[in-house]
Amino acid sequence: MSTVTQAAPGDFWEVEPHHHHEGASTSIGFWIYLMSDCLMFAVLFAVFGVLGGSYAAGPGPKDLFDLELVALNTAFLLLSSITYGFAMLAMVKENTRGTLMWLGITLVFGLLFLAVEIYEFNHLIHLGAGPQRSAFLSAFFALVGTHGLHVAFGCLWLVTLMIQIRQRGLIPANRRRLACLSMFWHFLDVIWIGVFTFVYLLGMI
Amino acid sequence: MAVPSDIQTTFLLGRLDWNAIPQDPIVWATGVVVAIGGAGLLWMLHKYRLWSYLWHEWFTTVDHKKIGIMYVVLALIMFVRGFADAIMMRLQQAIAFGGSEGYLNAHHYDQIFSAHGVIMIFFVAMPFVTGLMNYVVPLQIGARDVSFPFLNNLSFWMTVGGAVLVMMSLFVGEFAQTGWLAFPPLSGIGYSPYVGVDYYIWGLQVAGVGTTLSGINLLVTIIKMRAPGMTMMRMPIFTWTSLCTNILIVASFPVLTATLVLLTLDRYVGTNFFTNDLGGNAMMYVNLIWIWGHPEVYILILPLFGVYSEVVATFTGKRLFGYTSMVYATVCITILSYLVWLHHFFTMGSGASVNSFFGITTMIISVPTGAKIFNWLFTMYRSRIRFELPMMWTIAFMLTFVIGGMTGVLLAVPPADFVLHNSLFLVAHFHNVIIGGVLFGLFAAVYYWWPKAFGFRLDPWWGKVSFWFWVVGFWVAFAPLYILGLMGVTRRVRVFDDPSLQIWFVIAAFGAVLIAIGIAAMFIQFGVSIARRDQLRDETGDPWDGRTLEWATSSPPPAYNFAFTPVSHGLDTWWDMKRYGQTRPRAAYVPIHMPKNTGTGVIVAGLSTICGFALVWYIWWLAALSFAGIVIASILHTFNYARDYHIPAEEVRATEDARDRQLASAGV
Repeated sequence: MSTVTQAAPGDFWEVEPHHHHEGASTSIGFWIYLMSDCLMFAVLFAVFGVLGGSYAAGPGPKDLFDLELVALNTAFLLLSSITYGFAMLAMVKENTRGTLMWLGITLVFGLLFLAVEIYEFNHLIHLGAGPQRSAFLSAFFALVGTHGLHVAFGCLWLVTLMIQIRQRGLIPANRRRLACLSMFWHFLDVIWIGVFTFVYLLGMI
Repeated sequence: MAVPSDIQTTFLLGRLDWNAIPQDPIVWATGVVVAIGGAGLLWMLHKYRLWSYLWHEWFTTVDHKKIGIMYVVLALIMFVRGFADAIMMRLQQAIAFGGSEGYLNAHHYDQIFSAHGVIMIFFVAMPFVTGLMNYVVPLQIGARDVSFPFLNNLSFWMTVGGAVLVMMSLFVGEFAQTGWLAFPPLSGIGYSPYVGVDYYIWGLQVAGVGTTLSGINLLVTIIKMRAPGMTMMRMPIFTWTSLCTNILIVASFPVLTATLVLLTLDRYVGTNFFTNDLGGNAMMYVNLIWIWGHPEVYILILPLFGVYSEVVATFTGKRLFGYTSMVYATVCITILSYLVWLHHFFTMGSGASVNSFFGITTMIISVPTGAKIFNWLFTMYRSRIRFELPMMWTIAFMLTFVIGGMTGVLLAVPPADFVLHNSLFLVAHFHNVIIGGVLFGLFAAVYYWWPKAFGFRLDPWWGKVSFWFWVVGFWVAFAPLYILGLMGVTRRVRVFDDPSLQIWFVIAAFGAVLIAIGIAAMFIQFGVSIARRDQLRDETGDPWDGRTLEWATSSPPPAYNFAFTPVSHGLDTWWDMKRYGQTRPRAAYVPIHMPKNTGTGVIVAGLSTICGFALVWYIWWLAALSFAGIVIASILHTFNYARDYHIPAEEVRATEDARDRQLASAGV
């Protein structure tokens, strides 16, 4: 060990216990997870970009898409984002009942979105335009279906959180979880806007 | 076409029946040996009543140090399997001349070269590197654990689950015969109708979840949990390279996941992403998988660049030359690694301009890499180098890796690549950089950090035996492949017609034998060192006169790592502490807040493995059941809010007092 030649630039140990506040890393961790999820969607978008014109002599977007139905669905999802925002506002005001109510409304919109999507998929498959028909339809079902699976997972999470808030109230752990699900929910909205634009609107031109 | 209708399935067992047991004496013999060994191991665990200890102290642990060690153990076990594949290939190619078919039939040989690549990359190099980062990074940044300790445990067990699936394919069914990246249409259901590719897919997907989660975890740990005063440009270089590696993991593994999902859909649902007909595009798979695959090789090498930097700085006793340029070089490589993927298939025929772009970006990567080599050289220049084993591995790396790098630049020239594509020259090149870069670095790291993890050094004599057999064996094994590649021999070939080639394959096989001795010597080294641990004991916690914070605590470190949080005032914080005569404070100890162990990781990963197995064999009810189990277990875990506890102040005091006595006896 070398001898002391200079004065130390300061203390090398923090003796006073400093308190890391619980879950300080959760939101950035969740952000990073969302970015990795975003990359999965990026791949699916890219695949749709490559295969979106490969109809294999089968039906194309104009033969299949019902823009009014999709517009309705988009409205459901966008409204659910707003109602989730209201849930967060209620949370900030420590209003447990209001939070639960807005979460419930969000859930209804989420389920409506899923119902319409399932109807649409079912309809396409009945027309003979299932995911096996052409590379275009494979890419379409993969992209839209992955988004739908995310929404379904979000709904399941929402229900779980509602139970947990009922049981324990708006404790810090639950607030943190609400914030994470909020990011997730809005993220799915952003992805849907991409889907709506690139798959449905551009497909109809 | 979805699941081909000519495959016979039953409700209960899907397509699993007695024909799944391979009719191959080699596999049978291996199965018997594994069964006897496994039974012996279980009997030992039972006899010494180790189950409870293993479950409570290891399997359910959330301590980053124990998880790190378990990762390395997994990597070493899988390394033996991967090497067994390697030596079987070398033997086959050495004897399959002059009309001889060798001793491996085509079906078996094709599985071996696929399994070798998959295992060595996903289940040796990845867990080894992840284990190392897990162990060292929190200590280097003065943290008590990673940001998400439970996720860390889950990540480990998911990796194990993937490894279990790949190992299972040896005895139940078959493994892929497609090569390690499973290009379609060969990996499609038409050409690979049986379970091999499905084992590949589900093995990688289960393990991939673990890798992605651990990437997020370590990334957040490095961003959020650094000691006070440790700014980005004061982070130890290994932490820097780990940061970049984890960025690469988070930004590339989702691509692999998505790509494999699409391949799965092609195989299970009958979609047409990569098929030959109905608009599918097989080259899209090749593009996508290499968009993951090229960053992957930098995921592997970057942390080892960090290891070499730590080793060089420590064993020269100098601050690393060009720390800042080292950081920028690492960041440059991180970015560039995304811009080169197409060099893996110049022969796709993208045209001159596209190939030129990717050829040039590839060559540019050698610039920051070269900067690193010079930084290490300049650190060593005019210093008193201590030639301990980590330093020897570092020098072997520099000599070996530079040659591997140069053959890489050669392959980056598209016209040259058209000649060398898929040849043994390529095989020699990537073994040259992966063995000479990743593996040598891992060996240096094991020797360097072993005393930290276990409190005693490794035996240097057996380490040197291992070193020389490895380094010489590597060159004897792979130099002939360069020559054969230049002569036009392609990879993955089982039998040969031209007798003039045989001598080179015999030399290569001899090199593999030398490597086998090197591996054996390494395991003997572990055994000898454990037996002689009292003579090799290190009481100081700082056996190499180290520079970074992991050496500031005891060996092995207490569960909480540091009783008080260290503060950084520059690069090489522990070196500064020693220089300024700063010793550990003995202030009033306070209870330390720590995460509690949990079995959820084992349960979820176990269910995932069962789910993967069920999907491989089309046992749909079991797949649905185990998937529901995963969801329920995960949800139940979120209902557990009491995930932490406090180590009482008295226990901290007792631990720290013991440490004082230990230091006093060591005369520090």
